[in-house]
Amino acid sequence: MKGNHLISKRSAGLIGLTLAGVLALSACAANETPAASDGDSDSTASASTLSGTISGSGSSAQGSAQEAWQAAFQTANPEVTINYDPAGSGAGRTAFIAGGVAWAGSDSALSDDELAGEFAACAPDSKAIDLPTYISPIAVIFNVEGVDELNLDPTTLASIFNGTITTWNDPAIAALNEGVTLPSATITAVHRSDDSGTTKNFTDYLGKTASDIWTEKAADAFPAAFGGEGAQGTSGVVDAVTNGSNAIGYADASKAGSLGTAKIKVGDEFVGYTAEAAAAVVNDSPLVEGRDANDLAIALDRKTTDPTHYPLVLVSYSIVCQTYADADAAALVKAYIGYITSADGQSAAADAAGSAPLSDDLSAKVAAALETVS
Amino acid sequence: MATARMTASAAPTPTGEIKAKKRLGDILFSGSTVTAGWIIVVVLAAVAIFLIAQSIPALIADPADIKGAPASFWAYVGPLVFGTLWAAVIALAIALPIAIGIALFISHYAPRRLAQGLGYLIDLLAAVPSVVFGLWGIKVLAPFVRPGYEWLATNLGWIPLFSGPVSGTGRTILTVAIVLAVMILPIITALCREVFLQTPRLHEEAALALGATRWEMIRTAVLPFGRPGIISASMLGLGRALGETMAVAMVLSPAAVISFVLLQSQNPTTIAANIALNFPEAAGVNVNVLIATGLVLFVITFAVNALARYAINRRKAFSGAN
Repeated sequence: MKGNHLISKRSAGLIGLTLAGVLALSACAANETPAASDGDSDSTASASTLSGTISGSGSSAQGSAQEAWQAAFQTANPEVTINYDPAGSGAGRTAFIAGGVAWAGSDSALSDDELAGEFAACAPDSKAIDLPTYISPIAVIFNVEGVDELNLDPTTLASIFNGTITTWNDPAIAALNEGVTLPSATITAVHRSDDSGTTKNFTDYLGKTASDIWTEKAADAFPAAFGGEGAQGTSGVVDAVTNGSNAIGYADASKAGSLGTAKIKVGDEFVGYTAEAAAAVVNDSPLVEGRDANDLAIALDRKTTDPTHYPLVLVSYSIVCQTYADADAAALVKAYIGYITSADGQSAAADAAGSAPLSDDLSAKVAAALETVS
Repeated sequence: MATARMTASAAPTPTGEIKAKKRLGDILFSGSTVTAGWIIVVVLAAVAIFLIAQSIPALIADPADIKGAPASFWAYVGPLVFGTLWAAVIALAIALPIAIGIALFISHYAPRRLAQGLGYLIDLLAAVPSVVFGLWGIKVLAPFVRPGYEWLATNLGWIPLFSGPVSGTGRTILTVAIVLAVMILPIITALCREVFLQTPRLHEEAALALGATRWEMIRTAVLPFGRPGIISASMLGLGRALGETMAVAMVLSPAAVISFVLLQSQNPTTIAANIALNFPEAAGVNVNVLIATGLVLFVITFAVNALARYAINRRKAFSGAN
């Protein structure tokens, strides 16, 4: 009796497994059908000519956007396989320089040292170029009793995060927030405990705009000298600020949720983050000098005084060869990065990752630079 | 090899004349057990070789290349070793008395039906993945204990352990230790319960017959008998606490410090959590540095286990188990 029961249970499990397998298979098939018809309807040419596999590696900030881009691009080009390993910007650049991947995603442009060297994937005398492909505003999030809106200038923000301002009713904060009742509570400043491009851009902003207070070099790791509270990942920081008492932190703006976000002082006004303002500062910032004409490495104007700008942004690049050793790889990279920086690609990233789409102007520049890639 | 061992062990049998016929099943079974035995040795050796080989670049690297530019690799790993041991020791200090209490309750106090149910519950706790404990730690425990920490700092702040200022989020090493304690509770409890149940009935009855109360019986018969078991259970728990990664990485607010304070924002972190946090973005020699810290953890765990073995062996003679 017991045995029978057991066997029937087991066979039920087997049947279940088989069913699940069948379902999974049919689900795959169901996925593929519209993909093919999509290809037929709008991009027959690319679907028929492009095939092959390319791999990229690098920035984890681009990770969720890359997933959306891959899915859309592979749907439009069924013969193409795109791989992206969000191993981190440094690892991505190293892999690209060594020729392991066809392009790299990186939260910082190639350094002069890196540009001086050889690139294994590129044609012998060719160099790599930086193309901005992903912009993410960074929000200063806070959770303070009785405070709904908060204005901060760079000096005050830097003082909060380096531990010199320790209470919310500090005169420096009060002076920026007239009419707001600030509690006398201690400030809990939360930073990322893991390495992150968000931290690097946040500290770079503070270092440029409040250089006399923020003396540590911008890096992926939050400067240990400044103390404060650490939390893992964007969600960890958001969670720590949400559940903590009188806490402040920084996170990708798309993840801020219902938390209050501080306005930062730009010029004479206080500016909240918007996708437009983030794209605007990237658009209006000068390119890094002394680079190749097609290299669009941006010297972000953190000290901008234009109130239509939100200078606390992260710009992530796609690093590609000017001339590839392998022409097939060149065609695929051109098509893929072309898609990423197109209006479609940028809005897909905005939906999937909450990034700020590139401005039309910058998008056109990237397209022009990409045109020269071969 | 396998057959050689078998004949060797068969030779000294006293009767001698009847030689067991070797059936296929015997050969297969002994062969597979010997293979299984060797696999564990090979795997351990492979891990050790990998760790050592990958650690060498970190040990000879210029310390300036290491993240945070410490004075040397050892200056980098020092706070991590401290944090690993400190968190595990606090966790054990919290978990051990509770575990022994639960085990004694199940083995000697609770009615049988209740004991069984409670035993299942404890075992269930062991099945909860550490990520879930981590989430619980940041979402529930940290906000919950923070007011308690405030109270501790205000009223017991004169004890250096509890000095303020209190972390604003409650994600301190004490919170981590509580999470770890909950995680190691099941394994310690389960082992202690089994050991206490093994106490010879005669010892217990003898104690009772001599007029001991139940508590005195437990103190004079059950606990001395179970001591090696308690030690090995705590060492197993300590091993889990030392190596726990996810929950610590999620909950702790880390910093590269050596400090005993329990309630502040700057806490020493553990080796495993540090690897988990930094490996995704590590490049170049920093990968080797992280692996080298892994080697240090490997050595620490080995040392803890060796110590436990030593403690158990030393006390075995007096346990009454033989």
